[in-house]
Amino acid sequence: MTDDLDDLKSLMNMATPRADETRRAENIALARKNFDDLQGSREAPRPTPVTGRNALWTGVTTMLSAMTSKAALTTTTAIVACGFLVLTPAGQSLLTPPTPTEPVLTKLTEAPAADDTRASENAELRIAEEVAVQEAIAPLASPVDRDHPPVPEAFAFEGIAAEAPAAMVSETAPPPPAAPATALGSVNRKETSQSVLSPIATSDLYASAPMESVMADEVAPQPPQGPSTLSARGRIAPDPNPIATQPNTETYANAAPNPLKITSEEPVSTFSIDVDTAAYSVVRSSLSRGQLPPANAVRIEELINYFPYDYPAPDAGDAPFRTTVSSFETPWNPDTQLVHIALQGQMPALDDRPPLNLVFLIDTSGSMNSPEKLPLLKQSFRIMLDQLRAQDQVAIVEYAGSAGQVLAPTAASDRETILQALQSLGAGGSTNGQGGLEQAYAVAHTMAEDGEVNRVILATDGDFNVGVNNPEALKDFIADKRDTGTYLSVLGFGRGNLDDATMQALAQNGNGTAAYIDTLSEAQKVLVDQLSGALFPIAGDVKVQVEFNPARVAEYRLIGYETRALNREDFNNDKVDAGELGAGHSVTAIYEITSVGSPAQLSDPLRYAPNTVAATSDELGYVKLRYKAPGEDISRLIETPIIGQSIPGTEASFVAAIAGFGQLLRDDSYLGDWGYEDAIALANANRGDDNFGYRTEAVQLMRLAQSLSK
Amino acid sequence: MRMKTSDEDLAAAAANGDGAAFANLLDRHYDRLFAFCFRLTGQRAEAEDLTQDICAALPAKLGSYQRRAKVTTWLYRVAVNAAHDRRRKRATYTKATSGWGDWEIARKAEQTETTEALDWLTAAMNQLTDDLRDTLALVLDDMTHSQAAEILGVSEGTISWRISEAKKALRAIKEKEAAE
Repeated sequence: MTDDLDDLKSLMNMATPRADETRRAENIALARKNFDDLQGSREAPRPTPVTGRNALWTGVTTMLSAMTSKAALTTTTAIVACGFLVLTPAGQSLLTPPTPTEPVLTKLTEAPAADDTRASENAELRIAEEVAVQEAIAPLASPVDRDHPPVPEAFAFEGIAAEAPAAMVSETAPPPPAAPATALGSVNRKETSQSVLSPIATSDLYASAPMESVMADEVAPQPPQGPSTLSARGRIAPDPNPIATQPNTETYANAAPNPLKITSEEPVSTFSIDVDTAAYSVVRSSLSRGQLPPANAVRIEELINYFPYDYPAPDAGDAPFRTTVSSFETPWNPDTQLVHIALQGQMPALDDRPPLNLVFLIDTSGSMNSPEKLPLLKQSFRIMLDQLRAQDQVAIVEYAGSAGQVLAPTAASDRETILQALQSLGAGGSTNGQGGLEQAYAVAHTMAEDGEVNRVILATDGDFNVGVNNPEALKDFIADKRDTGTYLSVLGFGRGNLDDATMQALAQNGNGTAAYIDTLSEAQKVLVDQLSGALFPIAGDVKVQVEFNPARVAEYRLIGYETRALNREDFNNDKVDAGELGAGHSVTAIYEITSVGSPAQLSDPLRYAPNTVAATSDELGYVKLRYKAPGEDISRLIETPIIGQSIPGTEASFVAAIAGFGQLLRDDSYLGDWGYEDAIALANANRGDDNFGYRTEAVQLMRLAQSLSK
Repeated sequence: MRMKTSDEDLAAAAANGDGAAFANLLDRHYDRLFAFCFRLTGQRAEAEDLTQDICAALPAKLGSYQRRAKVTTWLYRVAVNAAHDRRRKRATYTKATSGWGDWEIARKAEQTETTEALDWLTAAMNQLTDDLRDTLALVLDDMTHSQAAEILGVSEGTISWRISEAKKALRAIKEKEAAE
């Protein structure tokens, strides 16, 4: 390329604007819509001059108008000859056709053995026909013949030249029954070539003959794209990784890992509790598919809070939950300590729990149509149904292109009706998240009575692709509804377009939990084992504020809870929403702290800092918790000091192992040489009772991650 | 980490009715397609509209995709044809070429420092005929002459001739500038 062109090229590159994002999304959506619209009609063959309705006549007309007068004369003579064959009694007797309904294949494979006379009759007839056809075509084809000497049958018309000889073979001499496969092949070819030929000279000949109907049947179901379709399909089918061909539109809610904070500058850390578990399931699903999860999918607090812990339960008459604070040596750094803050919610007497009103809001958009989505969802709700009691009520609303109530509020004892409604759900159409939400809340409203627990359970793959898909608008809507007493839980299904960010936003604003269900055993955990926690809140807006003592703690770092950070002043502001604690839930938070004077301190102490710190206190810090009892607007305060180092128990050590695992997956800059091996050893040694096998599974996942990260 | 499926596999899957493959394919090529449309039209709004036309018609065109061809080649051919259709639809041909002027005026306000250079680009593109412009748009998009020939349905020689014509035109503009 010359300089001129290079100049022009660089100018051009500079001048070319970036595609407008909105238009981009619109255009792609338009293309997809057109694509989907097209799919319905694609299977049907398109009318072409050959297959169209008036094809025979058009073909004949075209041919006649293209022919010289001499050729036309020959052809019309041939047609008259054919007419004799059809119309005269002698001709009729020759034309005893095979039964019209008999498939051609059967005829060819059985005929020679079963019905000799008819077969020979047919052969005779065909030879006669063939002669007629030859006569008709000969003048036209003769110039072509010179180019194709080995095709004396003169079928050397465009497009059929290659097929013609095979067709001729099967016509003049029926293939031996010993080779049925060949018979099939040649029959098909024959039908094709005949249908092409028929407009030329055999149209009148076959006008009343049953062969024509057979031919039409044979030709009709042929896919319009022929062999290219087949070969394309063949190449795509064995693709071992079907995910790769799907656009991955997953989005995750996460923020950058919490940075190290210097106590003297910022002694107070505030956050909201988080009882979601979705991140753990997403990590598991990624690892089981042989991929390390995207770093942003790893929310360490959700990994930690996935597991049930054996923390001391609150005494009757106390606060609805009990706080345990301890500190111990950090596994990955002997010079720092971990502060372990544990909340254990009380388990209310389940026998006299209030009646539940559940509205299942089920995404039935086309994207839900895969085994790990809608079918798993149905199974999950099925096993959940067994946990409900006669006084509980269930309604089902589905949302696809338009929202619809599938099941009016029904007593949970009426299993048959509910299961039937559940089974009737089918995936199709696009998603309108908000339309569905509105209807679900409306249904929940009609079911609400005093003293009952109302909850909408949204099950989706995270695809809110029609209507209001602005997460902010949805959030506002849900926050409004939360204030009316109806809470929202979100269950995520399937991978590929999991919109984790929207799911998180909805559940956080709806005072509910977000869980990701990738297997039936996860459904068992979320919807059966921990159903009470998921559905019965015991404390609302639980906030944690930790103040560190700068005389003892030089630096600290909160592990996880990035998406749950609160401002310092939000702690005492009861208007600020925070996480809910369900019955029996436990919540764990971990800080890594560096003592003053420790060799692990990352920042240098200030030379001119005022030394006004009360150095007399032994406390490392002070934990304050605020919560609201269900239905109350005024928060209550719980305070606990963090005191010196202790030997970690089984539960605390397992938490540390998971915290380390989460950091390995996300950002291991603070871990030094500590790796998967150490995490596995630590987790393995602290599996505890592990009645449900969750911790054993975690160790398996660590092993998988270890192999995958090499 | 994840194996990237080739464009050709995606296109073949899309032609078979795989909506996900189609969306993926379009997502991959949209930005390049838009940039190419801009080169063909010289106007941002016009390029957006042309891209929309192509997106709307693309599903129906999938049937015409032959596996032996590269997807980009096929896509560019669709784009060039769509651009021709659009030009044909326009009442006057002049409007299409004056697009470079409209666009340049809007742009001038933003980027005064590049104005001079862009004037030259405007002038250059305005002087070229449609054929030369299409050819240049392709060649400037890193297409080889033979690829451009395949897309435009002309011989490679024609492309080379057009490029030399375009160069001649560009040189003429430069000389004219130098003379002024």
